[in-house]
Amino acid sequence: MAYIFNDTQMAEFKRLVSRYPEGKQKSALLPVLHLAQESFDGWLPTEALDYVASLLQIEPIEVYEVATFYSMYNLKPVGKYVFEVCQTGPCMISGSDTIIDYIKQVLSIQPGETTKDGLFTLKLVECLGACGYAPMMQVGKIFREHLTKEKVDAIIAEYRQTANNN
Amino acid sequence: MGVKLLLEKANVPGIRSFEVYRREGGYRSVEKALKEMNPESIVEEVKKSGLRGRGGAGFPTGMKWSFIAKPEGVPRHLVCNADESEPGTFKDRYLMEFLPHLLLEGLIVSSFALGSSDTYIYIRGEYAWIPDILEEAIEEAKAAGFLGKNILGTGFDCNIHVQRGAGAYICGEETALIESLEGKRGNPRIKPPFPAIQGLWMRPTVVNNVETLAAIVPIINMGGDEYAKIGVGRSTGTKLISACGNINKPGVYEIDMTISVEEFIYSDEYCGGMKGGKQLKACIPGGSSVPILPANLLLKTAKGETRYMNYESLSDGGFATGSMLGSGGFIVLDEDQCIVKNTLTLARFYRHESCGQCSPCREGTGWMEKILYKIEHGKGSISDIDLLWDIQRKIEGNTICPLGDAAAWPVAAAIRHFRDEFEWHVNNPELSQTSNFGLQHYADPIHVPA
Ligand SMILES: Cc1cc2nc3c(=O)[nH]c(=O)nc-3n(C[C@H](O)[C@H](O)[C@H](O)COP(=O)(O)O)c2cc1C
Ligand code: SF4
Ligand code: FES
Repeated sequence: MAYIFNDTQMAEFKRLVSRYPEGKQKSALLPVLHLAQESFDGWLPTEALDYVASLLQIEPIEVYEVATFYSMYNLKPVGKYVFEVCQTGPCMISGSDTIIDYIKQVLSIQPGETTKDGLFTLKLVECLGACGYAPMMQVGKIFREHLTKEKVDAIIAEYRQTANNN
Repeated sequence: MGVKLLLEKANVPGIRSFEVYRREGGYRSVEKALKEMNPESIVEEVKKSGLRGRGGAGFPTGMKWSFIAKPEGVPRHLVCNADESEPGTFKDRYLMEFLPHLLLEGLIVSSFALGSSDTYIYIRGEYAWIPDILEEAIEEAKAAGFLGKNILGTGFDCNIHVQRGAGAYICGEETALIESLEGKRGNPRIKPPFPAIQGLWMRPTVVNNVETLAAIVPIINMGGDEYAKIGVGRSTGTKLISACGNINKPGVYEIDMTISVEEFIYSDEYCGGMKGGKQLKACIPGGSSVPILPANLLLKTAKGETRYMNYESLSDGGFATGSMLGSGGFIVLDEDQCIVKNTLTLARFYRHESCGQCSPCREGTGWMEKILYKIEHGKGSISDIDLLWDIQRKIEGNTICPLGDAAAWPVAAAIRHFRDEFEWHVNNPELSQTSNFGLQHYADPIHVPA
């Protein structure tokens, strides 16, 4: 895969950089890394990080140190759908353990692993700001809240369906 | 029904759009501030209102604004802290998602008061769908002449930019947030210099919470004095509380700070009582960082007086018998919950979120998690409880930023109020794996309202 933005992505890159004063283009680093991750299969190999450094005219190390600090950047390949289940206090007292165990069981994976078909990755995360709607998980850009075993089944079926149709 | 200043219009259909928001009286405060007032008089009104920062620390907003340096020729910036990552807290999300124009309105007035022509909203990366809502609202406001160049013909220029974070609780700390906004790791800065003197790009900067900035709207509309009449003592105005845990109606509530904790938990207007009719065991009333309180100390102070949902009353008794209003993240635990396990998840959270700059925080949070894990899994000893106490004490006050304290306090409070539950885990390693300590520890019967 070539780690280069296409025209649409490049236009978005320029919009992101334009929000900061002259000479402060490094400020766009976090949003640009999000853009790169979305554009390049959901994760950021070193080539992608180097590409971002060259675009922003900063040293590669400045990009590496940021990419390794923030939990949302994937530095390893992930499945097509990443189930990021919250396990912090408020979710735990509202039953997140049961949901986590159930996902492990139905997908036959442990946290950090991806299913053999490459569709699902399970990740345990800390509070996502949905404590009142627990148990919950983030999948891509959206939150799946008030989870039950039945809801988990339906969500998995839904993503399998979407993947089949593509 | 209590007074509603922020969420009054939250249920009006279409309120997310500029048109409906404006028709419902929105953006009046911008007209008033930009045409009839000047930056100094706005700061005066905010001072008179008694508004205290809603991000957790409760620092008076008007005073904070008056500290901003104004060196000749150097741009100043307002930054809106929408990082909202304190476990139990989800109120800013609600405001941004359902009332984006209320936040923008507050931001425009505040930017004018502080002289910020480029204002940034730094939003936690996981709230990935909200930047689209905010950016759409920004475009609408711009088209209507409330943002952009020469707003309402007053000569004031202002742009609002939305910046996404990428998963780091520490970026809610204001100097870490600034570092992150500069495209760096979220390592808090050593203060001084304070952001008001040297903040974003070393320019004078004010960082305020989403709810604080939204509250500027009613303050300008009604005047600081009128705003200050709502609430009690130094807890003026209204406060958003995000309630979660074992209650019937988790959600975001706006309260005027005169209601009692008991009313907040048990009345149908708010939490609607305990889920499944269980008994209240404990509560963390202001976000995961503040001390947990057992039911008896939550509903009444140590002096036996009713405890109220405000800054002063919740902290009555200091850390010995009180807690804090904090960010308004209200976490309720029922009789089936295990205090040790709950504390373990919080310790894991802080270990995960420590930026690693200071040894007491980096090492201490890791140690606390390990020891709590041991105790929770029936492998702890009594001396581990003392060690835990010792570690938290050595973190507190010895770090660059308050995350160290925030990690220490929940552990300290859990041991202070629930030491017998920790000891029970140590003494009953097998039993503790299959059952809970329940409510046994209360010397006094738990107060259950009639
Ligand atoms: C570890 C840590 C995390 C914080 N997280 C947030 C946050 O998510 N949102 C917020 O508004 N303030 C947060 N704060 C408080 C900010 O540092 C700052 O006090 C606040 O944004 C000031 O705004 P206010 O005066 O309007 O409350 C945090 C502080 C610390 C130490
Ligand atoms: S207290 Fe913790 S989070 Fe704060 S600067 Fe030190 S190591 Fe980083
Ligand atoms: S604890 Fe899970 S979303 Fe807050």
